[in-house]
Amino acid sequence: MTQGQPAARPGTAGGAAWRQLRLEQVTRRFGSSDALADLDLTIERGEFIALLGPSGCGKSTALNCLAGLLPLSRGSIWRDDTRLDTLPAERRGFGMVFQNYALFPHMSVRGNVAFGLKMQRRPRAEVARRTDEAIRLVRLEEHAGKLPGQLSGGQQQRVAIARAVVLEPSLVLMDEPLSNLDAMLRLEMRTEIRRLHQSLGLTTVYVTHDQEEALSMSDRLVVLRNGRVQQIGTPEQVHTQPANRHVAGFMGYRNILPMRAVAGNVVEGDGLRLTGTAVGTVSSGDSVEVAIRPEDVHLGHGIPVTVGVVEYQGREVAAEVHTAGGVRLHLRTGKGLRPGDQAEVALDPDRLLIFPIVPEDA
Amino acid sequence: MVALRHRLADRGIDRQLLLLVPATVFVAALFIYPFCYGLGLSLQPAQGGPLGAYREFFADAYQRDTIMTTLRIALPAALLNVLASVPIAYRMRGRFRGKRLLTTVLVVPITLGTVLTAEGLLNFLGPAGWVNRALTGIGFIDSPVTLVHNYWGVFLSLVITGFPFAFLLVLSYLSGIDPSLEKAGATLGAGWAQRFFRITLPLLAPGLATTFCLTFVLAFSVFPSAILVGDPSGTTRVISIAAYEAAYVRYDYAGGSAAALIMGLVELIVIAVVLGLRSLLYTGTTSGGKG
Repeated sequence: MTQGQPAARPGTAGGAAWRQLRLEQVTRRFGSSDALADLDLTIERGEFIALLGPSGCGKSTALNCLAGLLPLSRGSIWRDDTRLDTLPAERRGFGMVFQNYALFPHMSVRGNVAFGLKMQRRPRAEVARRTDEAIRLVRLEEHAGKLPGQLSGGQQQRVAIARAVVLEPSLVLMDEPLSNLDAMLRLEMRTEIRRLHQSLGLTTVYVTHDQEEALSMSDRLVVLRNGRVQQIGTPEQVHTQPANRHVAGFMGYRNILPMRAVAGNVVEGDGLRLTGTAVGTVSSGDSVEVAIRPEDVHLGHGIPVTVGVVEYQGREVAAEVHTAGGVRLHLRTGKGLRPGDQAEVALDPDRLLIFPIVPEDA
Repeated sequence: MVALRHRLADRGIDRQLLLLVPATVFVAALFIYPFCYGLGLSLQPAQGGPLGAYREFFADAYQRDTIMTTLRIALPAALLNVLASVPIAYRMRGRFRGKRLLTTVLVVPITLGTVLTAEGLLNFLGPAGWVNRALTGIGFIDSPVTLVHNYWGVFLSLVITGFPFAFLLVLSYLSGIDPSLEKAGATLGAGWAQRFFRITLPLLAPGLATTFCLTFVLAFSVFPSAILVGDPSGTTRVISIAAYEAAYVRYDYAGGSAAALIMGLVELIVIAVVLGLRSLLYTGTTSGGKG
């Protein structure tokens, strides 16, 4: 297994040394609605980027636009100074792993993996050598002669990955590749994809709706909603400093409460007065939304609550509690709670985020 | 106590299949019985023992040659129908505006029936038809070309009536091929021709073989157009005409039945050959993985 960057190969679009891929105002319109609006993104060579968002947010559209499977309505895609969006998919030199794998059912595993090399008219010896190498990389040597239909979902997935990476593409695009696998296999494949990325140094754009997957795998996240970028940042930035309430909601801030600001960092509503950290400009009298994760709602001195629903989750329980003013809060705790218990909760001011309500959010 | 239904199911008996009995009886009464009756008739000629009618058919070149005559019309017509359907269906496999209208226009000839088609062909392609008048008018030809009352008339008629069947079948086979396979091919560097010949065509080929068999059977039993737009005593004297003449002109029922059975046998041979070749192809799933 080679370390570092893929070797430059003459004739492949992806082989030549390049520094960055740029998406400039990439827009895709379906009818009168923008499936993807003004996506600006610079991808450094070797980066692992996750496109994250709920279904219908435009992340798959973005991937298909990048791959050349969907024409852009506006904008451009560049690799350094080469414009790519005018090239058809087969000349971009990107590899793609499809959600349903899209393996050629009439070709063996070997045939599938060798397909791209044959399209490049590589010498037969080189095709055989690189095909074997890629099959070894995904640990399918014993299955090389089988048809895709004879493989399990995880194995098919690995064939799809081998088929995409064997060409050493400048960019690997993955469209929710783990969504058809069961929970255990998904964790395993997640590690495997990350391992492949590290060992081959392949630049990757990975589409997912699973925030945990995106956080654990990527170097940078692009959070999308309604076709628009909400936030671009490292997993830590997006996790701890969500740019708006939508990102917060997507990142596990399960408690989102509408309130009114009485000072820059103090809010009131429904009989509660809370101190938090403002994200953006908040002035007294503004309508705001405050967000806090269940794990940052602690049992302790503070707001009296009544325990409603309790879910057992192994080490912890997740509980839904109500304040006297009727506010519903989710919390997680190691202590045993029972429905109907009286308790008091404290909200960590550093972890309580205050978002101004922006009209376009509605 | 296990329900009777489950105990029967364990032995592979599904009582709901009993609902198929009326249909089975219907098929037996309307197909198997006449077939056996015809077979019996063909084996009881007025003279020459049980196989006399068959021997007579093959001894007489005028009868025997109808097999080749029919094959010469039916095989190319079926082949053209299948081959012409492929590019058209391939272009139409996606979604686009006006697809339903275009499909309707392509399929309408099915509803016309052979007699109407033949009448149209006579008017359209006849010596004083539009085509010849247009061609002579622009000076492309000096005298009208003969396109009806010969081989080409029948051939065209079979294409017009057979194409819609072939097209509909090929379109449904093509729609069954996962579109993401060609997309995957594109991202792996395959141009459209490579995508078609290396991915789509191999997956479509078994369907094409089946389509060919069905359109061939339709074309092989050609009768009305062979008479109406063909040359029924010469180049388009097809086997069904031979059977008809034997049975209803000469009142030789044994000869007619023998010709009909020979016709069926030739069809079966062609189908067996095509399906034999088909079994050499990949015939598994046409989807690219888990959906």
